[in-house]
Amino acid sequence: MTVAAAVAGDVGLALPILSICNVGKVFGRGDDSTVALQDVSLDVAAGEFVTIVGASGCGKSTLLNLVAGLDQPTSGTMQIGARVAFMFQEATLLPWMTARQNVALALKLRGMPKRERQGRADELLEAVRLEGWGDKRPHELSGGMRQRVALARCLAQDAPIVLMDEPLGALDAMTRDHLHDEIEHVWRAQGLTIIFVTHNMREAIRLGDRVVLMGSHPGRIVYEESIPLPHPRVMDSPDVATRAASLTARLKDQGHAHVG
Amino acid sequence: MSADGSILTPVVDGPSATQADAGFVLKAWGWAWPKALAIVLVLGIWQVVVWSGWRPTYVLPSPGETLQTLWGMLGTERFWSAIQTTMIRAVIGFALALVIGTAVGVLVARIRPLRLAVGSLITGLQTMPSIAWFPLAILLFGLDEQAILFVVVLGAAPSIANGVISGIDHVPPSFVRLGTVLGAKTVSLYRDIVLPAAMPAYVAGLTQGWAFAWRSLMAGELLVIIAERPSLGANLEFARQFSKAPLLLATMLVILIIGMLVDGLFSSYARSMRRKRGLEVA
Repeated sequence: MTVAAAVAGDVGLALPILSICNVGKVFGRGDDSTVALQDVSLDVAAGEFVTIVGASGCGKSTLLNLVAGLDQPTSGTMQIGARVAFMFQEATLLPWMTARQNVALALKLRGMPKRERQGRADELLEAVRLEGWGDKRPHELSGGMRQRVALARCLAQDAPIVLMDEPLGALDAMTRDHLHDEIEHVWRAQGLTIIFVTHNMREAIRLGDRVVLMGSHPGRIVYEESIPLPHPRVMDSPDVATRAASLTARLKDQGHAHVG
Repeated sequence: MSADGSILTPVVDGPSATQADAGFVLKAWGWAWPKALAIVLVLGIWQVVVWSGWRPTYVLPSPGETLQTLWGMLGTERFWSAIQTTMIRAVIGFALALVIGTAVGVLVARIRPLRLAVGSLITGLQTMPSIAWFPLAILLFGLDEQAILFVVVLGAAPSIANGVISGIDHVPPSFVRLGTVLGAKTVSLYRDIVLPAAMPAYVAGLTQGWAFAWRSLMAGELLVIIAERPSLGANLEFARQFSKAPLLLATMLVILIIGMLVDGLFSSYARSMRRKRGLEVA
């Protein structure tokens, strides 16, 4: 708890591990083109947990794809000081592999020797509280467990920066709460830098050191705010709810002001 | 923070040994009775046609007589040597088709210009009756093994290639994205993600390829008869020439049964694969 608070307090001073500067992204050409992102600038400090909130279609997923290198920006620069892991909206587990093999694949693809993989995969499954479930195939697991395996696989990439694209959107509220705990736990235990995209304002406040609001048409950052609330936070607590209400109002205002 | 029971509730339970045994017997019965019923129906209709006197029994023998001939045939050396010749041809032909079809399929799926050039040609080849290749095959290779293999491969390879292509085409884009995120390069992307994901369509292609190979092989053995080398197709032809109707029908039954057995192997492999992936309920 104190660690997170310290990290949150140091945001202004710490050197950014990730620096996005005036980035724009245009899809298509000429009359058919869509401006997905316009003039987006964002610095993220090492160890920081940043949540990005916006309506669907505001370009938040596009921004993550750019950071992950899955797509290239049309303009602007990005400096990414460390390797990046990605957690998708869907668990995207490979159905022909067991949970353990899914995690081990990430280890394999980053060059870990075969004899070390199984043990490490089991450790990672244990880290997301799935010990004993390694031999199950994805379809034998619940939605929440699948997303835990995806989290373990994400950790297996051993990247200091982790991007999460609405990874809990499809889960029921209770499972989602547990996964919030899980994610917060690994974030602290491993000193990760996390950028977490969501359309749920309370979720953003529940998790983030800092909440970044994005507006649509074109996608841009309209506001950001540090969240000094102590951890662990509870999504339904009055503190979180109050902040969520005020940030939601701000997002609506800013959105309209910009669109005119 | 404690592990939550509702999340960790097992979705499936391992059945106990006795349950498994009982389950196996039930499953075997469930598998066997529709097939037994089908066989009884076919034999019954056949028998009724024979009784109707539509054709004399020296042309259309009864099921009983045919099965008796089949039983006697199983004791002859000639029969087993015919089976051996035919099955060796089938295995070699199918193996060649497998290698060629797979290689062509991967290349066509990966290389765009190649796809535009030969994609529809492959489907065209698939619709071409393989027996239409035989006159050319005989001109090219003479009345010999190569002529048969040539046609078997041409019959089976397009189906296998199409299986590979449709398998690769239908790999979910999210899997490819995942591979990229995990740092897979072209080779590892194909080996670890794309090809395994394409397996169900590939096995469907193999199953269809086998059916085409078996048909082509029988056509070939009827047309390309090599002296002193009995085969199932050659046996059919001899039975017709010497008007041995029971032998003819018995050989046809053998051809049907072998075709179905091999198809059954492919299907059961495909089923177990689909079950493992949660695409089919056990």
